Amino acid sequence: MSQDPPLVIVEDLKKHFPIRQGILGNRLGGAVRAVDGVSFEIQPAETLGLVGESGCGKTTLGRTLLGLYPATSGSICIAGTNVRQAKGSGLMALRRKAQMIFQDPFASLNPRWTVSAIVGEPLHVHRLGATEQARMERVRELLQLVGLSPTHLNRYPHEFSGGQRQRIGIARALASDPAFVVCDEPISALDVSIQAQVVNLLEDLQKRLGLTYLFIAHDLSMVRHICDRVAVMYLGIVVEMADRDELYEHPVHPYAQALLSAVPIPDPRKDRHRQRIILPGDVPSPANPPSGCRFHPRCPIAKSHCAEVVPIWRELLPGHWTACHEAVAPG
Amino acid sequence: MTHLLEVADLTTRFHTPEGTIYAVNGASFSVKQGETLAVVGESGCGKSVSMLSILGLISVPPGEIVAGRAVFDGRDLLRMKDEELEAIRGKEISMVFQDPMTSLNPVLSIGRQVTEAMRVHCGLSAEEAERRAVDLLDQVGISDATSRLGEYPHQFSGGMRQRVMIAMALSCDPRLIIADEPTTALDVTIQAQIVELVIRLREQRGMGVIWITHDLGVVAGLADRVSVMYAGFIVEETDVDSLYDDPRHPYTLALLAALPRIDRRRKDRLKPIRGSPPSLLVEPHGCPFAARCEFVIERCRHENPSLQLVSTGHRIACWVDTRGGRSP
Repeated sequence: MSQDPPLVIVEDLKKHFPIRQGILGNRLGGAVRAVDGVSFEIQPAETLGLVGESGCGKTTLGRTLLGLYPATSGSICIAGTNVRQAKGSGLMALRRKAQMIFQDPFASLNPRWTVSAIVGEPLHVHRLGATEQARMERVRELLQLVGLSPTHLNRYPHEFSGGQRQRIGIARALASDPAFVVCDEPISALDVSIQAQVVNLLEDLQKRLGLTYLFIAHDLSMVRHICDRVAVMYLGIVVEMADRDELYEHPVHPYAQALLSAVPIPDPRKDRHRQRIILPGDVPSPANPPSGCRFHPRCPIAKSHCAEVVPIWRELLPGHWTACHEAVAPG
Repeated sequence: MTHLLEVADLTTRFHTPEGTIYAVNGASFSVKQGETLAVVGESGCGKSVSMLSILGLISVPPGEIVAGRAVFDGRDLLRMKDEELEAIRGKEISMVFQDPMTSLNPVLSIGRQVTEAMRVHCGLSAEEAERRAVDLLDQVGISDATSRLGEYPHQFSGGMRQRVMIAMALSCDPRLIIADEPTTALDVTIQAQIVELVIRLREQRGMGVIWITHDLGVVAGLADRVSVMYAGFIVEETDVDSLYDDPRHPYTLALLAALPRIDRRRKDRLKPIRGSPPSLLVEPHGCPFAARCEFVIERCRHENPSLQLVSTGHRIACWVDTRGGRSP
């Protein structure tokens, strides 16, 4: 990776949602610890993948990063701006630099707005472009950038297919010329044949515009394809992080191992001879995570101390991090 | 071995205010006892509608089953009266739906829902049915089944609800289970549990299984035979090994090329399929894949190819021999 300072620095980030009880909702009954102490950095023009199963906190993490949810504690720094302290013009500047592409291309576009209004909105909000004409010119340019025709300008979202709508969402995210884009499951609502189109577009745009991505997904095959580094989340924390091929070829955390072994391979001969690690039970509630290592009740290699001592986040090999007492360096 | 279910030329349309939807256009497939057939295709390709048509679960109108037959155990399901079909549905043939969140009734206890089919179809008493329900829940891996019978769906996780659905589907010892994307809403580790469960139950009970999915990964680990559907047509049909070793139809080839692989290092960009699937509101004319196909020849645009045998047990609907190198 490059020698530049990281574009995104996250330290011990926590996001807890209070649970309100009682008829008036005025009694606090603990908290859902959706993100519970996460640290990582993302280099400029890098793609960091964030994987994990539903409820592990990956979407909350993405939203907290951009300040869409106020963080409970910890620090977030994007392109030199402290996200938690940003206000007024500083916050506006941050919103321009850090954007988001959403999962559902049907729910994330206003059905009553035309494409030009949707893609042009960030230009209005951030007062980009001197005249209305200049802004329309920019909207045309953005549509072309994402592979749509300028003739689509005055159409409404319902006139487009899922893949085309996701392109509109991408054009909107790019309108303010951001450096950092959080892609929250951008392809999981699309069919296989359309997924590849959108993924290739995201890659092309990254190359052309030098974008930095946080790519949140549960499709582990696609993450291996598109990401430089990958972080695996379980119940609010990152349990393992490494370069793409290192993680997929030598996972060290038992959860990461089980997760990867569960992904079916589209090759029956290979799939038949695979050792699948089937985890017992379900993911516990993040309102009341297990003591010690949160994975210990389902872990195939748990020892007695795993139930008591919280494992530290350590660098097992250069660039290969994990939070597990029992993990040993591969090889 | 004879076929448990043999569907031929199934054609289903929906007459809507926007026009006629050509949902299924002459689909043929079959499944034997103890065999798993995977029906693969993208959203809107007609895979679910085919199954609903067979079981008489299409509302007519707007739906219409224009043609075809579905022979189960020597009798054509499409020609049966409602009462006859009711005696088969949930007993001889049962179905597992995609969404375990919405296919259970939220206000009825799990016990009530699991025992219902047994009381209706097998004439079991309440106590007998309950005893068997505990046994079934135990088999699908729900521990402490006796006390969980009194619980309600919201007290179960997604994976557990899907197990309940499978227990319900098994309750009358069906000879055929039709599973419509049963793991799509679930996480991969839970999907692995469910797939393993279905494989084990199929081996123990010798049922036939039809598994509808869009996931070519799941198919590889589960199916014996595969039918690939596109725009209401079956375009390729073969055993699971040759689907991946020797895919022949341009659509199957393109699907496999568009898929990222978890088991190897990245070599190149993905190869997307250009364009998007055809509108089902237009009466099919020529090969449905012609507009997106890289092997397309003039004939494809006018004449729809029927399924032809290319090797033992391997049929494709295509005018072109795709093994002769890629066309420009």
